[in-house]
Amino acid sequence: MNYWQQEEIVSLDEKKAIQSERLMRTVNRVYENVPFYRQKMDEMGILPGDIKSIDDLENLPFTTKQDLRDHYPYGLFATPMEEVVRIHASSGTTGQPTVVGYTKNDIIMWQDMIARCFTAYGITKNDIIQNAYGYGLFTGGLGCHHGSEHLGAAVIPISGGNTKKQIQLLQEFGSTVITCTPSYALYIGETMINMGIDPRSTNLRVGVFGAEPWTEEMREQIESLFGIDAMDIYGLSEILGPGVAFDCKKRAGLHVNDDHFVPEIVDVDTLKPLSAGASGELVFTCITKEALPLLRYRTRDITKLYTDKCECGRTLVRMDKVTGRSDDMLIIRGVNVFPSQIESVILKVAETAPHYVLIVDRHNNLDTLEVWVEAQEGIFSDAIKTLERVEKHITNELFSLLGLHVKVKLVEPRTIERSEGKAKRIIDKRKK
Amino acid sequence: MIIQQLSVFIENKSGRIYEVMQILGDAGINVSALSIADTSDYGIMRLIISDPEQGIKLLKEQDFSVQTTPVICCKVPNVPGGLKRMLAYLTDDNISIEYMYAFSIGDDASVVLRTEDCNKTIECLSKHKMELISASDIYQI
Repeated sequence: MNYWQQEEIVSLDEKKAIQSERLMRTVNRVYENVPFYRQKMDEMGILPGDIKSIDDLENLPFTTKQDLRDHYPYGLFATPMEEVVRIHASSGTTGQPTVVGYTKNDIIMWQDMIARCFTAYGITKNDIIQNAYGYGLFTGGLGCHHGSEHLGAAVIPISGGNTKKQIQLLQEFGSTVITCTPSYALYIGETMINMGIDPRSTNLRVGVFGAEPWTEEMREQIESLFGIDAMDIYGLSEILGPGVAFDCKKRAGLHVNDDHFVPEIVDVDTLKPLSAGASGELVFTCITKEALPLLRYRTRDITKLYTDKCECGRTLVRMDKVTGRSDDMLIIRGVNVFPSQIESVILKVAETAPHYVLIVDRHNNLDTLEVWVEAQEGIFSDAIKTLERVEKHITNELFSLLGLHVKVKLVEPRTIERSEGKAKRIIDKRKK
Repeated sequence: MIIQQLSVFIENKSGRIYEVMQILGDAGINVSALSIADTSDYGIMRLIISDPEQGIKLLKEQDFSVQTTPVICCKVPNVPGGLKRMLAYLTDDNISIEYMYAFSIGDDASVVLRTEDCNKTIECLSKHKMELISASDIYQI
């Protein structure tokens, strides 16, 4: 078996010692440098000295996405800006993005995390990696890019989209690895078939897929379509970006790089930690990050943890594929979408509070999002051009907010189901 | 001379026009003129009916999006070039048409017109002695 770093296979006792030492240092640092954490800990009556080992983790305060927004943009950074060398961001509910930062050491650590993942997938410096994750504020593109170089592989920074070009490079550049969202991989494969090109005819042997939930069925579909190993990579920008967890060839869940990001599963209602094997919300504590070491960050992802040793030899704790969310966030083609974002746009355009519903589906292996808005007073007009202007206006506003093309459809007033209490705003037709 | 036309939002689904007609028919409301503007997902049904007020009330009760739009109905001779003459008057007075629908029977044709300014249109057509059909008359057609 091949590992990138020794920490992946240390004994559990050693791991605990590493985690405890790193946690104590991090807690000290955030208490000194981040007023938000100092205030929270003071309110809870906890001093950094009270945290003596990783077992004390559950006494620390939680962090939420809202906390990041409330301290927009850099309020939770634990280092001065002169130490920060990179900033990424994801779209936010009110147009305000979630901002994350990295120091030089953070970037080096990130590269190692990606190299760990890629090594577990069987990727080496001999590979040619076609990196089709989006480059830019999104962590996927640059994260995988630097990790690939760190591993010593040749990386092709093609970024996402431009499918014909992707196919040309797959054929002519001899790419052996592709990194992208799983739905985009399927889309590329189907486009190749439509062009009369056999997707199995390239040099591709491994795919690194993440940034959106996907099923074992999709994995089988991609593997048989291209004749490759389809490997899972998990991450979120608040913690790192891609490289938080990865599956090995045993495919017994995703190994969490828990010497850097300590996972917990908590009960969604009580927030009490649950034992291994129980399903609940995944929470991460960053114990080595310098710029943004979040304590007990609530991911809202629902999953389970497994602590038994994997046959691959790694002692990194494993998590299940994410099975759901404890909030109403949707992931559409890798973009995080909250229904509240869409509601605020509709309100702005319609100047009333119309009934609306979000229809999420998957066509030709690409996620689609339709917004159905009831044509009530305030929207309805006798002139088609006015109605089309309303649709176009909402579409454009959503595109500038989310970077996603959303189909807006006006429907008759009674079309959308009324329910008592909370309205059912989302219909997700994608296969679970 | 202004006629209150009903505009009803309907999705492109079978049975929708039937449903509107059923609601109006059951209430003894007659439809004098009807036209549908369609897009790929929905259409706007435009109706001239014998009792606009009651029609709106009944349709709204059934959750339809309805509004009234002022339109004009003009009579033109049912001969080649009959409509052209009317349009020439409007063009001369710089009146642009948002939409129109028409039918002919016997010696006459009736044209329902939606323009940006109803009063200006009435003025223009009256000036040229074009016959406008009043709201009460149109229900007799």
